Amino acid sequence: MKPAAFQYHNPLTVEDAVATLAEVAPDQGRILAGGQSLVPTMAFRLATPEHLVDINGIEELGRLAVEHDALSIGACVRHAAFHRPVLEGGFGALLTRMAGHIGHYPIRQRGTFCGSLAQADPSSEWCLAAVTLDASITAQSSRGRRTIAGADFIEGIMSTALDEDELLVETRFALPAADTRFGFVEFSRRAGDFALAMALASFRLSDGVMIEARLGIGGAEDRPRRIAQAEAELNGQPPGTPAFEAAAAAVAAELDPMEDAGTSAQYRRELAQCLARRALESAAS
Amino acid sequence: MTDKHDLTLTINGFDHAITVDARRTLADAIRDQCGQTGTHIGCEHGVCGSCTVLLDGVPVRSCLIFAVQCEGLAIRTVEGLAEGDELHPLQRSFIKHHALQCGFCTPGFLMLAVGILENEPNIADADLRELLSSNLCRCTGYANIVKAVRAAADELREGR
Repeated sequence: MKPAAFQYHNPLTVEDAVATLAEVAPDQGRILAGGQSLVPTMAFRLATPEHLVDINGIEELGRLAVEHDALSIGACVRHAAFHRPVLEGGFGALLTRMAGHIGHYPIRQRGTFCGSLAQADPSSEWCLAAVTLDASITAQSSRGRRTIAGADFIEGIMSTALDEDELLVETRFALPAADTRFGFVEFSRRAGDFALAMALASFRLSDGVMIEARLGIGGAEDRPRRIAQAEAELNGQPPGTPAFEAAAAAVAAELDPMEDAGTSAQYRRELAQCLARRALESAAS
Repeated sequence: MTDKHDLTLTINGFDHAITVDARRTLADAIRDQCGQTGTHIGCEHGVCGSCTVLLDGVPVRSCLIFAVQCEGLAIRTVEGLAEGDELHPLQRSFIKHHALQCGFCTPGFLMLAVGILENEPNIADADLRELLSSNLCRCTGYANIVKAVRAAADELREGR
């Protein structure tokens, strides 16, 4: 239960961090941010990186700011930063609600938003938010910077579009229109456990009908995704039971859920259907 | 491969100059190299919370942080709660409400609770229960732990 030996690097600038990462990535070099997923994996010796590049000393990566109509979240912003809303209105409240489901209070003091994306656990709350709400993710390496759309970032279970020498430096969300409504529901058997499924819904109302509907499901498949067929059941309809049930049924029909020893695909499908409906009801209320 | 680092850990206001391998967790360094064995180690992978300490005022799992990351940070452990012979109100409350049996999880619960109450002095009952679910107690003393922390929270608030 002790991590294997590694070499520790603690750069103080992003430039130094990506230069070091480029050097050590071929020798199983990894970034260390909050460490709340990586370090347990190392304790089990499931991960034995030979180098860790600790980014906690890089001041600019702790930035959490609203600018140019976007929320920018630096690589070292902790989950606990969202314990209280970082923005007024529905979006800030949504992020606070989602943060409360991540691990436990001490884990949230240390784990980071961007680390959660880079880890790409299928039941990550922040991955679901990034995919459903179209985050843009900035990766930097010694070769330069590029931006990756949330929907393209996650490629499978713990697999992302990041190259081995790239550091996820920032995640941005365009600020949703002020009248956007949000609902988020997740289910796990015990507080703090990984979600068996979760649903994130958002829409606006125009002349009594829903527009710009988004419905994302996480924890059920190998990666979170929006269910376009469900969104089609919502747009142009008044919010209420008929549309919500049609959308939830579309979720059930579309999903190809993961199975594990304690959870059948059918159970996860029905759970996701239920959570989709509840997330929509929560957004409407 | 060894990667040794000389560093100073500041625990309860006292400096400890130590040399650690990079792979050494904060929990192991606190116990084995700084001799502060009040911090317990249970699962060593962030699940049980026995090793909870305060790092710059917030509770963290010390088994999930490397000692080499902690130079210059204020570390507080259970040894720092009492003032001389005078127990911290939370420690007194744990005794009064029988919030421990075997005592293995107690240092972790105390540091978790101190961290919560210092950051959220007016915490609601439901939120307190949720946050106390962070740590495990295998003597199943949760009801009394909640009671003890609630009573201490009220005492600390009135004392302010």
